[in-house]
Amino acid sequence: MRELFPLLLQGTLVTIGIAVCSTLLAIAMAFAATAARLAPWAPLRWIGNVYVEVFRGTSLLVQLFWFFFVLPLPPFHLELAPFTVAIVGLGLHYGAYGSEILRGALRSVPGGQFEAALALNLSPLTRMRRIILPQAMINALPPATNLMIELLKGTSLVSLITLSDLTFRARQLDEATFKTAQIFTLTLVIYFVLAQILVALMRYFERRASHGMSQRTVR
Amino acid sequence: MNSFFDLHYAAHILPALLRASLYTVLITMVGFAIALVLGLVLAILRRSHLKPLSRGVGFVVEFIRSTPLLIQVYVLFYVLPVYGITMSALTAGTVGIALHYACYTSEVYRAGLNGVARGQWEAACALSLSPWRTYSGVILPQAIRAVIPALGNYLVAMFKDTPVLSAITVVELMQQAKNIGSETFRYLEPITMAGLFFLLISVTFAQLVRRLEFRLRLP
Repeated sequence: MRELFPLLLQGTLVTIGIAVCSTLLAIAMAFAATAARLAPWAPLRWIGNVYVEVFRGTSLLVQLFWFFFVLPLPPFHLELAPFTVAIVGLGLHYGAYGSEILRGALRSVPGGQFEAALALNLSPLTRMRRIILPQAMINALPPATNLMIELLKGTSLVSLITLSDLTFRARQLDEATFKTAQIFTLTLVIYFVLAQILVALMRYFERRASHGMSQRTVR
Repeated sequence: MNSFFDLHYAAHILPALLRASLYTVLITMVGFAIALVLGLVLAILRRSHLKPLSRGVGFVVEFIRSTPLLIQVYVLFYVLPVYGITMSALTAGTVGIALHYACYTSEVYRAGLNGVARGQWEAACALSLSPWRTYSGVILPQAIRAVIPALGNYLVAMFKDTPVLSAITVVELMQQAKNIGSETFRYLEPITMAGLFFLLISVTFAQLVRRLEFRLRLP
């Protein structure tokens, strides 16, 4: 058991790295796609919708394989490192789901808030940044936490495109030592702990986002 | 060979991919049937008055939900044979995906059960219905109707997760596409077509669920 731990830990670090990078990309993509879908210009809206529907409608593994196997071949000649493929694939996939969450959360902000901000003559950017988004975040964070756990679990698929993450290390150790039961149990526990840490972290952000809000409703 | 998307080649591999997608749909159907039943059992067990039972079920559900399907499938396929339970890849894969999604559907049912008005429970109690009749005649018809859309989402999600089973040598749609690609060194057509199939079939599933929801809605 003791000699397994360092190697699994190395894989865990890779998993965390991929999860963090692709979460950041997913957040960026969620905002970009939502902005595109709410744009006044129709073609931009179509692009946003097509992106969300295509990435939500197909399997994550298919997307990863598409980036990994199809892009290097003739028509594209675009060879990406496995790490890049993992981050781009996960980021685009979960960004599409995130965009749906964000859209729902923006819609949940009462229209009066928008009109009040308009009446105060705030610029569109200030309106979004200071009035709409802070309120939307309260509704967006709980489903976003679930999505981040999905993303963390999704990182296990990158082992199938030769990236040495936690799952890959587990498979490798399994083939080398045949301590199958211990290795996979330990791997499951590591993923579980990572997910719990993520949940605790997001609870903190949820509390911060709703700071002051709950007090107001109590009064 | 230089054409961007070789239609002739695409037509040539179409039958193999169609057969594989039928296989994938079958895995999804069987797996989801198990998940629907098992999820309900888990949800009801979680409401048990026996604290250790409800806590234990709650922990198992939480654990399975926050660890990757890929590793759970590995456990079923590689670890269980150590303890004398040998399953074919197809069985292990179907059971794995069914167990994973049973935990998700149990959460959905839980929300549905919590949504049933308290008076309904009390009325069933006042009429001295047995627990079985309370659930089957009064509670479940109301609880399940409300959660059909959420269950439908998980049907689609489950379908999109079937490619994970390719990791334990189940030849489903994705694996078939990859096999074809590795035989001919043309990945563009098979993997793109696999992606399109996933999109088409998940849209079909979503439509079917919407129709079911429409048929079952309360007048």
